[in-house]
Amino acid sequence: MSVQETIFTSELAARFDKLVTIYPLRRSALVPMLLYAQDEKGYLSDEVITEIAQRIGITELDTRNVISYYSLLRTQPAGRYHVQVCTNISCMLRGANEIFDHCKKTLGIGNKQTTPDGMFSLEEVECIGACSWGPAAQVNYDYYENLTPEELDKVLEKCRASVVQEGKGSQA
Amino acid sequence: MADVTFTVDGKQITAPTGTLLIDACRKVGIEIPAFCYYPGLSLQAACRMCLVRIEKIPKLQTACTTPVAEGMIVATETDEIKQARKAMLELVLGNHPLDCPVCDAGGECELQDMTFKYGAAESFHTEMKQHREEQQWSPVVYFDRPRCILCYRCVRVCGEGMDVWALGVQNRGVTSIIAPNKEDHLECEECGACIDICPVGALTSGAYRYKTRPWEMNHVATICTHCGDGCKTTLGLRSVDDGVEIIRGDNRDKSGINGDFLCIKGRYSFDFANHKDRLTKPLVRRPDGNLAPATWEEALDYAGKRLAEVRDTRGGASIGVIGSNRTTNEENYLLQKFARKVLGTNNIDHHRTADYTSFARALAGHQDRAASLRDAGTAPAILLIGNDPTQQHPMLAWNLRTNVRLNRARLYVANHAEIKLLRQARASLAIPQDGYAGLIGYLAGDDSALAGTESSAAFREVIRKEENLLILFGSEYRGRDIDALVNFGLGLPNAKFACLSDYNNSRGAADMGLMPDLLPGYQPVASPAQFADEYGNLPQTGGLDLIAMFDAASRGELGALYVVGSNPVSRYNIAPGALKDTFLVVQDMFLTETAVLADVVLPAANLYEKTGTVTNTYGDLQLVKKAADKAGVRSDFELIVRLADRMGANPKELVSYGIGMRADLGQSRGVQSGESDRHAVWLAANHLEPKLSPFDPFAILDEIQRLVPDYQVDRLALLAGNDERTVPPLVHIDNASSKTRSDGVLPAQDTLFTSGTLGRYSSILDEVMESRETKSAGAAATTSLDVST
Amino acid sequence: MANLVSHPDVVPLLSMRFGKGASALDRYLELEGYQSARKALEMGPEWIISEMKASGLRGRGGAGFPTGMKWSFVPKQSEKPKYVLVNGDESEPGTCKDRLIFEHDPHSVIEGTIIAGLAISAKMGFIYLRGEYRYLLKIIERAIEDAYAKGFLGKNIFGSGRDFDIVSHTGAGAYEVGEESALMESLEGKRGIPRIRPPFPAVVGLYGGPTVINNAETIATVPHVLRIGSAEYAKLGSERNGGTRLFCLSGHVQRPGVYELPMGYNLKKMIYEVAGGIPGGKQLKAVVPGGSSTPVLLPSEIDIGMDFDQVAKAGSMLGSGGVVVLDESVCMVEFALRTIKFYQHESCGWCIPCREGTDWLKKTLTRFHSGGGVNKDIDNIKYLAENMLGKTFCPLGDAAAMPTIAFIKKFRKEFEDHLDGKPCPYAHTAESVLV
Ligand SMILES: Cc1cc2nc3c(=O)[nH]c(=O)nc-3n(C[C@H](O)[C@H](O)[C@H](O)COP(=O)(O)O)c2cc1C
Ligand code: SF4
Ligand code: SF4
Ligand code: SF4
Ligand code: FES
Ligand code: FES
Repeated sequence: MSVQETIFTSELAARFDKLVTIYPLRRSALVPMLLYAQDEKGYLSDEVITEIAQRIGITELDTRNVISYYSLLRTQPAGRYHVQVCTNISCMLRGANEIFDHCKKTLGIGNKQTTPDGMFSLEEVECIGACSWGPAAQVNYDYYENLTPEELDKVLEKCRASVVQEGKGSQA
Repeated sequence: MADVTFTVDGKQITAPTGTLLIDACRKVGIEIPAFCYYPGLSLQAACRMCLVRIEKIPKLQTACTTPVAEGMIVATETDEIKQARKAMLELVLGNHPLDCPVCDAGGECELQDMTFKYGAAESFHTEMKQHREEQQWSPVVYFDRPRCILCYRCVRVCGEGMDVWALGVQNRGVTSIIAPNKEDHLECEECGACIDICPVGALTSGAYRYKTRPWEMNHVATICTHCGDGCKTTLGLRSVDDGVEIIRGDNRDKSGINGDFLCIKGRYSFDFANHKDRLTKPLVRRPDGNLAPATWEEALDYAGKRLAEVRDTRGGASIGVIGSNRTTNEENYLLQKFARKVLGTNNIDHHRTADYTSFARALAGHQDRAASLRDAGTAPAILLIGNDPTQQHPMLAWNLRTNVRLNRARLYVANHAEIKLLRQARASLAIPQDGYAGLIGYLAGDDSALAGTESSAAFREVIRKEENLLILFGSEYRGRDIDALVNFGLGLPNAKFACLSDYNNSRGAADMGLMPDLLPGYQPVASPAQFADEYGNLPQTGGLDLIAMFDAASRGELGALYVVGSNPVSRYNIAPGALKDTFLVVQDMFLTETAVLADVVLPAANLYEKTGTVTNTYGDLQLVKKAADKAGVRSDFELIVRLADRMGANPKELVSYGIGMRADLGQSRGVQSGESDRHAVWLAANHLEPKLSPFDPFAILDEIQRLVPDYQVDRLALLAGNDERTVPPLVHIDNASSKTRSDGVLPAQDTLFTSGTLGRYSSILDEVMESRETKSAGAAATTSLDVST
Repeated sequence: MANLVSHPDVVPLLSMRFGKGASALDRYLELEGYQSARKALEMGPEWIISEMKASGLRGRGGAGFPTGMKWSFVPKQSEKPKYVLVNGDESEPGTCKDRLIFEHDPHSVIEGTIIAGLAISAKMGFIYLRGEYRYLLKIIERAIEDAYAKGFLGKNIFGSGRDFDIVSHTGAGAYEVGEESALMESLEGKRGIPRIRPPFPAVVGLYGGPTVINNAETIATVPHVLRIGSAEYAKLGSERNGGTRLFCLSGHVQRPGVYELPMGYNLKKMIYEVAGGIPGGKQLKAVVPGGSSTPVLLPSEIDIGMDFDQVAKAGSMLGSGGVVVLDESVCMVEFALRTIKFYQHESCGWCIPCREGTDWLKKTLTRFHSGGGVNKDIDNIKYLAENMLGKTFCPLGDAAAMPTIAFIKKFRKEFEDHLDGKPCPYAHTAESVLV
């Protein structure tokens, strides 16, 4: 199924065009496609779902069934920096709960909430595969390990700074 | 397939290889509980109710996914299994609202039954149960999430069974939920199969919710009044002030010809019976030109007197009769007998939606070539030409899909439109709208008959190789095209045929001689043979067909017209003025476009309010049982007899009541209050034997069976609720005259959500149409996609 | 960033290229890369499988199924194409080893996939990475590209006349899709619901074709087995447990990290010597030996060799190699709750006992831990877990039930200490996030 007017950037659209061809069945491209679309758009809006359903050739219902199964996929916007703190056993033993509480306090938001400026969102997550280097967190896809509250503050600060940086860049 | 022998609870069982353990056990009476398993749908292994112990396998196994094997030793009655079943129930009840007292499913809930049987009475959880408001998904479907036990039956019946795929599972873990295709509502075929198949009260129907408790209803199984498939529908009834009201339709025991299936019309569109515009008093046109209520005496006297006048002054040939597609065979038979014998006219017709006459002629002399609806579910190969069964024959469509899915039947479709069944087709051919005749020529070998391509050649080739092909054709085929089609098909070994018409008893109307040139059983009026013996003198020249009657009327040549259960004025776009010089008697439920023009309107009962038989489009004969009752209306049968009586005819000569002891089969006689009262009154007044009255349709069924050889079916089986094959056709039709004969077919073009004039009075159909219009206006961009499974 | 800690007992076989820039193809080739694939091409499927059988390599995904035997189940003839599927969904709490392999030695996974493909005569392989491992996806994508460029993948690989393709694939967050049949569903673009078995993947798997599914570490080990020979490899480990594996030590140890140690290595030694013992002079309270789904061991039970058979004998499982160490300060009720919370969150929800059971366990334990427990709860928790055990559609239900039963059995006293509104005796977080 070809898509006449895509809502994605041409690079991503081209990537999608290819993605559906590399598997024995087109549908295999669905989950990666959703994730990449989310990376570009921030979340899976109705329009995204419509286009992806079309590209794969399945119903929107079917697409939503799949989306709602996977915990990384979201149909609501998150913060620009999505802070995901692991509190699972290995991290918990090394102070993950304190890290998570610290996040809540410094960001002033609770689990699965977004700061009013849209900069940060916070989520308590399950094991992210950093157990031996816990407590650990991911900000978007980046890993931060052996965290302490101070380390974490630095990470958040870096996020804020890089936005400022970007803002400057685009003004120049 | 070879059989295997194995042991369950010490009992030796033999079953064919490949049988699922759960089915094998059930067959010999070993009950294995199941929520998610449903015969004919894909396996889930989700509810874990069916766990059994199989020797040599370390873990408990699900009987619903385990095929039986030679020497297998199975235990289902041990403490371990009892505990496993109890545990599953405890777990599923943990989050269940247990609002049984107000739940629609209460009393017919599989969860209740199992809890009763396998016990999980004590709840050891102290946590709050989750509560969620119930949601309305469509005019038909409501969802009550906390009651859902996630057996996925609804999802499968909608997807696999209906090929609609409107239900899905969303989220995961304990937040898993059944979801409709349009986020907060459903857009589907509204068949209600999901509701029917739901083992608990999670899915309920808008039509029935909170109306009553199942045990407070009476249940009568009868035949759906809508399309030509003739599904059995079980009506749930309760007494109300003005009779007996239908509050539910379903196919609970799956014993009908339709098995698991009912479409929205069979399940919910009984509601026209309670429409506020339903006529319950006769109407007579007053000198001021207005129709006004009258007593039965007055109306019948007046109608009878005027009809007799016209007959006696202008002759029977100046009277016309139009019958119905939805009245019983007995009524149709009686109507034509009344027309021919009492009115003395052959001007009798009905709204024809298929050319059965040509079909009968073409099949003449070929036994066993007419297909039953059941054949569509079992034939190894099917050729569907024309028609759109999903819209016009929902039950047939179900059978075809099921047959393709479960038996890998080969479905071939030739159509001018993109019909939905193309999804199941192994091969298909798109033909021009006027290419149906050409297609047959082409299939028969005439390359010039159709603009052939490579794919059409391939299509032809596979068709011609088929043995045991079932050929289904729509009203695109009429007259000589049917002969050509049948001739082509007869050249294939064991091919069978079915001609698709539009309404519940369209076939019966044709079979029973609601035709100007044919008596019951397609016997030409010119050679009445046994009918002459039975009826005495009969008009022997063909009468006017429906269109000709109106032409005659507009020329002032039709003195009177008697219309039973039909709305020709709307259907044929008749100018109202056409009938201004015609005395018009209309029997109907509503003041239709035809009825408003009438001089006398007689309020009639519908199919759910009477007893008799109907014949579906395939020739399957089924019993219709009186279910509902409405004060103030009478069956068409009774009205015909009463009119005849008023015209001075001897009712005994019309309906041979009081003789023919074959009719004396008691229990299926009309027994509901109103009808039996009227029987009693008539019988008492006329000093007649107590069991038979002139309103007894079985007296006429006797006569039909005597005079129409096709209808000589097993009477007892019929009365037991089975569908019986009529055996068409007869050879009487005169080939020469049939060449010039007009087929008079006007396809009804109904959809899933319409049903002629009747459908307009169904509020559920209205609501569905309306909600689709408003909702799809908002979602105009919604694409309908082929679902790859 | 993820890295490997060293200790004299470490046997750097699988990890021999870690930290050496081997994600670059040239470097990988310098470090004996792609030699095993060439050898496999030369020797043929039967030889590969017999080598794998002889090596005693058992699956590193958790169940420890002998790899050579798994491969031998794939039918020789098949109408449908066959596939190799590499399971890099690594999500079992306590486990972080596959991540290191993808980061430091992606070509070993590619080479192992090629060899597995040759063994079963498949023409296509998939490498499935969990969605969180996005940075690894880039690494593996790059490595695959390089291998194509060199002619190690694609048409006529290594000039052998054979074709083999690899597609890398990302998940999007779901532990359950690590289960092999749910993995296939996920790769086919569906919800990660397990499939009914039989048929097993070796016969009917991905896209209906025979499929070998192996853990990423298992696959990465394959080239090494062929490189040093099956006999050498087998000798490294213990009886019926060939070779080495990556053990992930986490929790209360001095030097948490991923260590490559021989199969059968003593658990106690692993904790006290390799990982440097318990910090802060605290006492050991318990060890979860193979990822969160394995039953907990008491200090008295850890003097055992870490291989599939010995840990099983001790009443637990070697699992995914995630050794989680708990000191005396840990509240076992809280630990049990956090464990069950994970399974509740990750249950796919398909079957009643797991969907409802994990949720009731979580609810009950939450109340229990916050002081609302009554005596009956303790037995109820056990009853719930026992009713799940062995009755669920896939092993996730067992993975939730088994540790729960062990926690109650081995730490009943601690549960009792929480009764009657008593505050958690171990409470050390100001605010509970466990809701
Ligand atoms: C709930 C569940 C989760 C699993 N997760 C993983 C996983 O993340 N990675 C993995 O390799 N195996 C996982 N497995 C095991 C796989 O099902 C499968 O046994 C394994 O990938 C086979 O590879 P192996 O033989 O190389 O161990 C999981 C199993 C279950 C039941
Ligand atoms: S709504 Fe009914 S049929 Fe559908 S999954 Fe729930 S319980 Fe089963
Ligand atoms: S398919 Fe036809 S007969 Fe069956 S329920 Fe629907 S309308 Fe009635
Ligand atoms: S045990 Fe059942 S609910 Fe749990 S993950 Fe497996 S299939 Fe899903
Ligand atoms: S437990 Fe936190 S990363 Fe594994
Ligand atoms: S009936 Fe077998 S698992 Fe549901």
